[in-house]
Amino acid sequence: MPKVIENVGCPYCGCSCDDVRITVSDDGKDILEVENVCAIGTEIFKHGCSKDRIRLPRMRQPDGSMKDISYEEAIDWTARHLLKAKKPLMYGFGSTNCEGQAAAARVMEIAGGMLDNCATICHGPSFLAIFDNGYPSCTLGEVKNRADVIVYWGSNPAHAHPRHMSRYSIFPRGFFTGKGQKKRTVIVIDPRFTDTANVADYHLQVKQGHDYELFNAFRMVIHGHGKDLPDEVAGIKKETILEVAEIMKNARFGTTFFGMGLTHTDGRNHNIDIAISLTRDLNKISKWTIMAMRGHYNIAGPGVVWSWTFGFPYCLDLTKQNHAHMNPGETSSVDMAMRDEVDMFINIGTDAAAHFPIPAVKQLKKHPWVTIDPSINMASEISDLHIPVCICGVDVGGIVYRMDNVPIQFRKVIEPPEGVMDDETLLNKIADRMEELKAKGEA
Amino acid sequence: METITMTLVQEPELFLECYSVTPDLFAGKSLAEIADLPAHEGKIQWKLGDFFKFEGKAGETAADTKIVVNGNVRRMKRFGQQMTAGEIIINSDADMYIGGWMKGGKITVKGNADSFLGIAMEGGEILIEGDAQNHVGSAYRGDWRGMSGGLIRVKGKAGNDIGTAMTGGTIIIEGDAFIHVLTHAEGGTVIIKGDVEGRVGGQMVKGDAYILGNLLYPLPGFKKVATVEKEVDGVTYTFDQFIGDLGERKEKKKGEIIYGNIFLKK
Repeated sequence: MPKVIENVGCPYCGCSCDDVRITVSDDGKDILEVENVCAIGTEIFKHGCSKDRIRLPRMRQPDGSMKDISYEEAIDWTARHLLKAKKPLMYGFGSTNCEGQAAAARVMEIAGGMLDNCATICHGPSFLAIFDNGYPSCTLGEVKNRADVIVYWGSNPAHAHPRHMSRYSIFPRGFFTGKGQKKRTVIVIDPRFTDTANVADYHLQVKQGHDYELFNAFRMVIHGHGKDLPDEVAGIKKETILEVAEIMKNARFGTTFFGMGLTHTDGRNHNIDIAISLTRDLNKISKWTIMAMRGHYNIAGPGVVWSWTFGFPYCLDLTKQNHAHMNPGETSSVDMAMRDEVDMFINIGTDAAAHFPIPAVKQLKKHPWVTIDPSINMASEISDLHIPVCICGVDVGGIVYRMDNVPIQFRKVIEPPEGVMDDETLLNKIADRMEELKAKGEA
Repeated sequence: METITMTLVQEPELFLECYSVTPDLFAGKSLAEIADLPAHEGKIQWKLGDFFKFEGKAGETAADTKIVVNGNVRRMKRFGQQMTAGEIIINSDADMYIGGWMKGGKITVKGNADSFLGIAMEGGEILIEGDAQNHVGSAYRGDWRGMSGGLIRVKGKAGNDIGTAMTGGTIIIEGDAFIHVLTHAEGGTVIIKGDVEGRVGGQMVKGDAYILGNLLYPLPGFKKVATVEKEVDGVTYTFDQFIGDLGERKEKKKGEIIYGNIFLKK
């Protein structure tokens, strides 16, 4: 009899939906049906039981082809290269569990290298702003149950977080929000007319790259200088700014969700910094919170795990062995790659070859490149060694942190392909091998 | 003042952290002792003597020591970090953190400097004859205290984040600058002789910005209040005075609100 598993976590976006229903075949190897998931989440579950999964590590040969090797050989090769490199970099972790991220911290502490996660090209600037200005945030449950004004600034959940609006922000009926979207005001601030803007009550089509000016204008209104505003700020009319500011002031509970539109346009951390300042100003007259639209289901995880391990959430420099250092611009993956500052690269649970600028990928490609990922992707195809692992949330469980930093236990729903290791086991074996080599004096 | 000359003989493969190159650490040491001082290339701890040849003599105190760096040190960072006195002259480009957390003395770079020039500087003087990159005299990540004293002069252009969270001292950029000048500042002066793209004085509580060129996108949070004459770097100009940031908290002194100022040359 096929087995139905309830309340499964979805390993796709930062929503980390944990209400998925999966129907599994008798032998526990096949997924027959996936319910309560967006189209992208469904594909990840389907990929988990694909017959084309890679089952053995593959090593690049002198003629450019890839040859299957054993896990032992792959672990030894990686450990030796990590010890040999002066400044190895391990980057990724968007799509793995916290157990794997903790094991990675152990590996890079022994190797004395750089440890970074996808925040570096995503919400890293948000971290910097949070360091500078605090984080008046809440959980998504509070948004669902209390929020009556929702602002999406520089984010497009209709495409990037498909169930965000229906599960947490606009449509759900919560404890104090029994009328759902009928009693909610939705404001979308985006230079494009996105599908999210399509469901908004107000769409402010801000001039691209001028969000900081618009935040400044809203803060002026809150500070009582509305009359001193110019007729137009960042492409938005003064009357519109005053009208929207009035809605914000009169909110019972407001939440601003922000995305890449703020973190990766000019000013970066300063755009978030002033958004946090605006939230603080609004809290003098109303109740407002702010939240980063984290991209992957566990990209908040490395920030949490490494903060308690080393004191910093990303861009870690562990080369000095006795203390950790962090300063994006210097210790961030793309900057280091562009400056040719690292001499080995491990891409894990992400695809740096697809996401990094091409010049950065070219610099990294000069050095040994290892990809640890269940799938074939651009990074695996240009790497010297590709080690397949289990898919978190499909064939291995673990702790993940949702975008609001709430930890959720993800479950294993099917058996992994025979012999395939999970990230935690693999990384701990690499760390053990490094310790062995060091003890033998082969380092 | 005694002079010690260090000449590059071996280029590092990656980037070298020259945190030991300060008059404070060189003072009172023999050439052999100086060559033994540590420098990091990734996780490898080298000695300065592995990369440089030393000549001359170090003074008894930091104030009595001048260091001249010869050879292309473009891939070397942290020269003069935390120095308190004396002088460093770098005859080429240099990398990040030149004069970071510096308390006194003087650094001259004959070429360009990279980012984090003079971050959280407390005193002394830095002169860059070429360009500087981002974060000139700004705060370290998460710190509310940027540059608090001293002078940074960049003869070329600079990037973004100039004097972020600055509390005192002066930064002079003789060329153009990009965005974020005096963001979050609580004091200090920034003079930009070229053009600025925008975001001057955002979230500024206090401080003075002088722009001699164009300010392409002024922030809405600043209001014109007067036209004044001011002397800037030895020359007197007529400026439009703007106060702000009106969207930020303000302090009161003797019952009067203290604003940050932007002076735009007429």
